[in-house]
This record gives sequence, structure tokens and C-alpha cells, in this order.
Amino acid sequence: MHRSVKGGPVAVRMTKGSPVSSPAKPIAVPEEVEDGLAIGPEGTSRRRFLTYLVGAPTLAVAVSYAGVGTAAAAIPGTPEVADVLDLGDFLILAAKATESLLIKLVLEQDGTVSCALPREEVGQGITTAVAMLIAEELDLPLDRVTVSLAEARPELLTGQLTGGSNTIRSVYEPVRMAAAAMRGSIVAAAAVEFGSPTRGLVTRGGAVISPDGASASYASLAVTAKDPALFSALAQPKPASQATLVGTPQNRIDARAMVTGAFTYTNDLDPVPGALRAMTRRPPTIRGRVDTILNEAAVRAMPGVVDLAIVELSVATLPEDLADGPASTGVAVVAETFGQALDAKEALEVSWLVGPVGAAENDATLKAQLKAIQLPMTPVADIVKLLPSLPLLGLTPQVVEGEFYFHFQSHAPLETNTAIADVRADGADVWHGTKSPIVAQQRIADDIGVPTVLHVTQGGGSFGRRLFYDGGLEAARISQAVGRPVKLMFTRVDDMRHGRARPASVNQIRFVHAAGNVLSFDQRMASVQNDLRHGLGDPITALGSQLNVPAELLPSQLGGQASFAQTVFLTTVKSPYQFGVTTQLLNELSTPFNVGSWRSVYSANARGAEEIMVDELARSMGKEPAAFRMEFLTDARQKAVLSKVLEMSGYGARLPVGHAQGVAFQEEYKSIAAHVVQIDATDPQDPRVTKAWIAADYGLPINPRGLESQLLGGLTDAIGTTLRTGLHFQNGGFLEGSYSQWKYPRQADSPPEVDIFIFPTTTGKPGGAGELGVPGAVGAIANAYAKATGTRPRTFPIIFPVDFEPFTTGTGSTRVRVQP
Amino acid sequence: MPTYSFQLNGETVQVDAPADLSVLWTLRDKLGVTGPKYGCGINVCQACTSHLDGAAFNPCVTHVEDIEGREVTTIEGLADGDTLHPVQEAWLEQDVAQCGFCQPGQIMAVAALLRTTPNPTDAQIDAIDNVCRCGSYFRIRQAIKSAAAKIAAGATVPAAPSATPVPVR
Repeated sequence: MHRSVKGGPVAVRMTKGSPVSSPAKPIAVPEEVEDGLAIGPEGTSRRRFLTYLVGAPTLAVAVSYAGVGTAAAAIPGTPEVADVLDLGDFLILAAKATESLLIKLVLEQDGTVSCALPREEVGQGITTAVAMLIAEELDLPLDRVTVSLAEARPELLTGQLTGGSNTIRSVYEPVRMAAAAMRGSIVAAAAVEFGSPTRGLVTRGGAVISPDGASASYASLAVTAKDPALFSALAQPKPASQATLVGTPQNRIDARAMVTGAFTYTNDLDPVPGALRAMTRRPPTIRGRVDTILNEAAVRAMPGVVDLAIVELSVATLPEDLADGPASTGVAVVAETFGQALDAKEALEVSWLVGPVGAAENDATLKAQLKAIQLPMTPVADIVKLLPSLPLLGLTPQVVEGEFYFHFQSHAPLETNTAIADVRADGADVWHGTKSPIVAQQRIADDIGVPTVLHVTQGGGSFGRRLFYDGGLEAARISQAVGRPVKLMFTRVDDMRHGRARPASVNQIRFVHAAGNVLSFDQRMASVQNDLRHGLGDPITALGSQLNVPAELLPSQLGGQASFAQTVFLTTVKSPYQFGVTTQLLNELSTPFNVGSWRSVYSANARGAEEIMVDELARSMGKEPAAFRMEFLTDARQKAVLSKVLEMSGYGARLPVGHAQGVAFQEEYKSIAAHVVQIDATDPQDPRVTKAWIAADYGLPINPRGLESQLLGGLTDAIGTTLRTGLHFQNGGFLEGSYSQWKYPRQADSPPEVDIFIFPTTTGKPGGAGELGVPGAVGAIANAYAKATGTRPRTFPIIFPVDFEPFTTGTGSTRVRVQP
Repeated sequence: MPTYSFQLNGETVQVDAPADLSVLWTLRDKLGVTGPKYGCGINVCQACTSHLDGAAFNPCVTHVEDIEGREVTTIEGLADGDTLHPVQEAWLEQDVAQCGFCQPGQIMAVAALLRTTPNPTDAQIDAIDNVCRCGSYFRIRQAIKSAAAKIAAGATVPAAPSATPVPVR
């Protein structure tokens, strides 16, 4: 739990728990060692991997461990703070025991190489980055590598979760090792063909070339190369310095299919001919349930309608759900087309039983409940006591503090929750885009009582939404209920109101400073309890994360779910600054909301709020915010990133009244980003981010172009959630039901100038990418707005009127006709 | 159930459908044309943007009875075989797509815009209201400018696929 002190005049140990006064004691981070037995946070010394052949018609290579017994337990204990071990490290360690099974490469007859990646692509560009790693090692053109998505692989246990910005970090070494071994076998096969030694043979463009110019394509070697006698487990990947593809900007491998309309998302697939279209009428209150269908016969008689069924909607039947009464239910309508299913769903008249969220609840009542569970701050007197000399010097410690409320946010990926299910008497197939397919497959099979195969589909966005698998489970229930294969789709209104949301939270921040130093940083986050019941993507930790100590025994929940939430909080939220005694604590309010992790989980709010307060702290200490950050950051790598963005942006230039620049910094998952954002807030109610500059150091960038995409997306997310995008919680439910109401940015809200710089390799290991771009952008945008308007924003989004008529399900309010 | 006939990506198609079935579900569920996407169903996100007689329209709020005898082009019909439309080329060049779900609609909106406004200003680009939930707007803007430059430099814009006369109702 302890971190070394990062400087400043106070020699105290910094903790995330209770502050302890004692001499500084740096904690050593375990390093990789030559014999490869140590497992450090990166824990992937390549010497520990062993590649092996897999029986196949052509050459197929997988990776394993060199040493038995060196792997950590599949599910380690609760890790410590993010400085020593971050969530990505935790996920890698949790999957250690099965890492050997993770990657398998196949050299196809045509000389291409394929890999079924046990992760979910949702737009992050992971399939492209993995294809680049394979192409690099094999000296293959990128378009001759195929990366598909593996179906659920229960043998991977905790090794098939797409989350925590962890994909490339976790597959980087196994992919390269497997590809290097494959290359070794191909070269050995060429030596046989040429009747020459392997020495002097080179690989280029998917062929092996001998010193005398003879050439053998990989296709011609595919069968010979599978001879075990040619295989060597000693093959090592290229040194990073010899990379010609990795580190260069590459376009997405699936881009052409996307721009021609050929790319197929779940709803575009037709794996079960004759699958009917299903939509579910959902209760008007959160987790409500059906009492009776009042007009069943009339709806059954509607054109195209085939069947109706009352189905359970809850993902997990938990002790707290049962305490609230029976599981939530809805009415599934099965029809020939989605248009007809939608009309029938709207036409249903249903009497409903109210769900567990009281109709009187709203943002104000929720905020009051959150404030009531907020853990206390360290008493200022205790901090001042650490510096008995202060009064003698006539110095008075100054307090800088702020309290923030972050509204609920929808994930709202453009592709709504969709799944195809074919449940038969003896088995089931489900096609669904989920990031935790193992637990999903197990949960669905348990629910419908027949063996199930979950086919993972590429998703149209996620932002955390697809960590869950409610669509797949619901589709299976409907298919079983009506005895037909079905394709299920949520409407946008349902996806926004009954899908999942980022939990609302209150953040309290307090700094104490004196004599030009920051003595302490206290952060208390009280959040609607995040739903982490997907665990690490496997049934065991998913179950573990459901175990809660009864609320009456503890004032705040500290059971399984809460412990796992604390783990995620502690392994993701960390201050990059030398702020003396630092305590950052989370407490969560148990509620029946459907919530889930949203891109950068706790950090978007927790770090975003800290970055806003850092500006106020700097001013209180008489310092300019960027210079202040430079002074209080810890190391040269951080400072290089901040320096770069200040230089790119010409930070500090004189701007017209109502315009301002804001700066912020973020470090997570071994990656670093710094943002400068320029805003035009001449009309404080109609601000626009006009320019943005971002510098980022990912340790080892695989595909800088893809990383730029992720930063651009993070910037847009931050523009929305900081300025205008959010969910109003009123009368026990969410008001917003589409993009006209949940005001996600459009082109007109986006900066016409964006300049992104990706550092070339620094640490030599890839850091996390997907979530890095959000928290700093939140801080920079809020800081620019504050400066331009002379305000201190405390509630986000800042501009948040209810200027729309909420949709009313069942009234046809979403039946729109435009005559062209 | 009535039968409707219209031109779809250069071919005449006939479909049995209720008069008020939206073109989106007619295309997707009756004709198996899945390029236009459902994102909202109410004329907001514009992920289904396609062309009706060469102009952008949203199939999700257009009834099939309203397109009888008319000419529909979806993303599948924008390219001329393997020769992409300059807007598609620009999209590839700028590597715009992240999840890609909105991009058929984005591309069709821009292809229609450039037909009437070959050199759009930033303000005209701002007026494109299609949602990209991945937030790729800056690259979309760059791609629009690049496509406009390609067309100005003489890039071939594939003709609207239907060359055959369409009977007008």
C-alpha cells in the first residue's frame, strides 16, 4: 500500500490508506531477471516462453512456458497501488497460468498467416496492431496476415477479458514469440528445399531468399515447415531496433470493408437462416417487471408478429436483487422484420410492477446519499503536526478544496446491444459482441440449461458497455421461449435508459500547502456502486465479485464487489505529482442501477477533478498552472511529454477575451499523455473547443496512427462529458433516450485543429492505450473553460439543461415519418 | 401485402412489404442489404444515410411506399466495382474508421454534399450532423477536404449506378 515520497520538504510515507508518519522508504519495483523466474509488474520476460508446434495440415505454432511452476496463481490476491502494480499488470498476472494457451498462429496453404485473437475488437484497432506484430516477425506484407476473433475459450480462465487498456500489453510477447518460432520453421524448411544451411537465408515479403537469389514463397513451404524436426523453440523475436513495420503508422486492416459497407456487425450476420427479429418492451422503471399483458391478442394479430414471450432481463440473480423482489422482466416480441417488431413492442399495453429505484429519486437525492457515505478527510491539524516548524516560521498552511458532481453517462455505442441466438433442445449457439465471453458463455449455458457456444463478434463501439453480455443472455432466453432462432436488438431509447451507465459520483479534493510546497492531497470519491460482476471475464472471479457483506453489518460495503472495486480504483487512480501525504479513497453506494465501467473507469472523474483542482492549487500558490505541473511532476519521462505539448501548442500565447487554453496531464497503465486545449467561450453557454494538442508516450508505440485515433476519441469523449453530454436522473429513471438528448458531440462541437504527437519508443514495452486519452482531456477542457469564463466548474457536464421532451415508450413517440 | 418496385444500387428490385415499413428494415430485413445501419430509428444519428435520387436521405424514417419507382443508392452502390468513390478513397487515406459503424452514413452524407457543394467550408462541414460515437470527427473533416481536393483534381466520381431509365410512378 505504500509509495515512496516523491520529494518536497516532508519526509513521510505516502499511503492510499491512513497517512502514516515515518521515514521515506522507496519500494523497489521487481525487474525482469535473466533466469526469467521473477514475475514483475510487466512479468513477461521472453525467456520464460516456450513455443511449440500444434498438429495441423500446415505449420501451426503456439506459445508456452519454458519453466513449469514459474507462473503465478491464476487469481492473485488484491494488488497494491498503481505505482507498483496497475490494473493492466493485475490482468496480465491473473492470466499468467493460461498465457501459454493464448496465441496460436497458423501458416495457411496460400502463405498467409492467421490468428484467432482471444479479445474483442470494438474499434480500438487491436486486430491491426496484432497483425503488425505478426507481419513484423515474419517479414510478411501486412495484408497477408488475417486476425479474427476467437470464440469463448473457457480454458483461458481469466485470460480472455478485453478491458483495462490491456490487450496489446498482454499479447505483445506471446504473439512475437509464436511468430518468431514460425519464421524459424519456415527458414529451416527453405534450407531443406534449397539443400543449403539456414545461415545466409533471409525472409522478405513472404518468401525465403538464399544468398544466390533463389526464392521460396511461404505458401510453397507451408507443408514442409510443419515437420517437427525443423522446429526450434529457441527462435527469438527481432530486436526492436530492427523493426521496419512496428512503430510506423499503418491503416486499419478492416478499413476497406468498413468504407464499402461490406463489414458485418452482429446485426448484419445471417448465421442461422430464418432467424426472426426480436425486440423487448422494457419496464418504464429501472429493473421493473411485467404484471400482465393487457392486449396480447391484438398484438399477436399485428402484421409480421410471430410470437410474444415474457422474459427475464436481469443478468445476474444476486442476493440484493432478490431482496428487491423477483428479477426484472419484459415482453419480447418476435416478428419477421425489426420494423414490425418495433411497432408491436410499442403497441403493447402492459401493466407493470415498479422496480426497486424509488420514483422520487433524482440527481439531488442521489448526490445527498453519495455525500453521506463520503469517507472523511485527513484532519488538517494532523497534517500540520508533521511540520512543527511552520508556526515558528510564521507560516500558515493554506487549504485549497473543491467538491465535484459527475452525472451518469451513457456508453451509447452506435451499434445498440445486439445478439443472435439459436437455442435447440441439445445445445445453443449465440453470436454476440462481448468483452468477457467466457463468463458470458457460462452464464448463458447455466440459464438456458444446454451447452452453449458463444461466437464473439466485432462490436460497433463499446466504451466499456460490452464488458457485459446482457444482449446475448436475453437473446438466448427469447430463442428458448419461442422455440425459434432470433436476432435481438435494443432500440436506442432502451439502450440509453435500460442499458448501462457510468455511475454518478461525488469527488472531494483537498490540498494543503505551505512555503511553496504541497503538504497533502486528499481525494474522496463516493460513487454509485460500479458493476464489476463480469470479474476478470471468468466465472470464478465474476462470482467472487458478487459476494457482498450484508449492508447491515458494515456501514459501507466492503465485501467481494466492493473489494474488487477498491482493487480497480487503487490500480488505476494515482496522482502523478509530488503532493506530499496522498490519500485517495473510494466508497460506493449500493443501488439497483444498471451501471458499468466507462472508458477510463474511475479516472475520468477522479483524475479529471484532480487536474481541475491542480490549476486552482497552482494559482493559490502564485504559480502558472503549466509551470506548476512541470515543477511537481516526478520524473524526466513525464516532464518530456508535458514539455512537448507546451511547445507544440505555443502555450501561453495571448488570446482574445473569452478564449483560453487549458492544460492537464495523465499517466496510467505505463503510458503518459499531456493535453493543451483551446476554447472559445465568448458565450459561456455555447463554448467550443477550437484547437487541441496532445503529446503521448506509450513506452513502445506499435501503431502510432491507431494510437492517434484513440487519443482523438478520448478527446471527443471529454469534450462531451465535460461540456454538454450526460444523463439526467429524474423520477427514478433516465430522461435521455437518443443522441438528440444525450448530446454527444457532433462535427460542430469538435475542434477543426488537432495536433497529436506520439513519442517514439521510450521504455521499450507497450503501455495501455484505449483509456489514456480521457482524463487529461477532461481536465484541460474544464481548465480552459474556467479560465475563459472566470468560473469554477464543479458539476459535469457544465451546460446541462433539460431542453427536450423525453420519449414515452408505448406512445409511438419514436415513430417518425419523413416524406422525401 | 402490397408489392413495391424501386431501383437499388442499379438494379430493379421488387419487395412485398407493408406500406409503412421503413426503407431501413425493407433493405436490411427483406432485401439483405446491410450497409445502412440502425443507430436511432428517428432521423437523429443518421447512420443509415443513403441516397434517394442522388440526394441524402434517412431510410429509417422513410416509408417504403414513398420510394416506389425511385432510385436508392446505399453504401454498397457508391463505388464502381473495385474503383472506390473519391470519398471512400479519402476515408481510407485518413484512416477515419474506428468501430466503423457510422461510417457508411458519414460517407454517403459527404458524397451527397460534395455533389452540390464541391468545396465545402468549415462551417458547411460543421453542419453535417451524423453522429460518430468514437469521436473521429477531426479525421472526417480532413477526409472531406481531401476528397474535395481529389474531385477538384479530376478524380473519377463513379456515376450514379442506375443508368437505365426508371419508370416514374
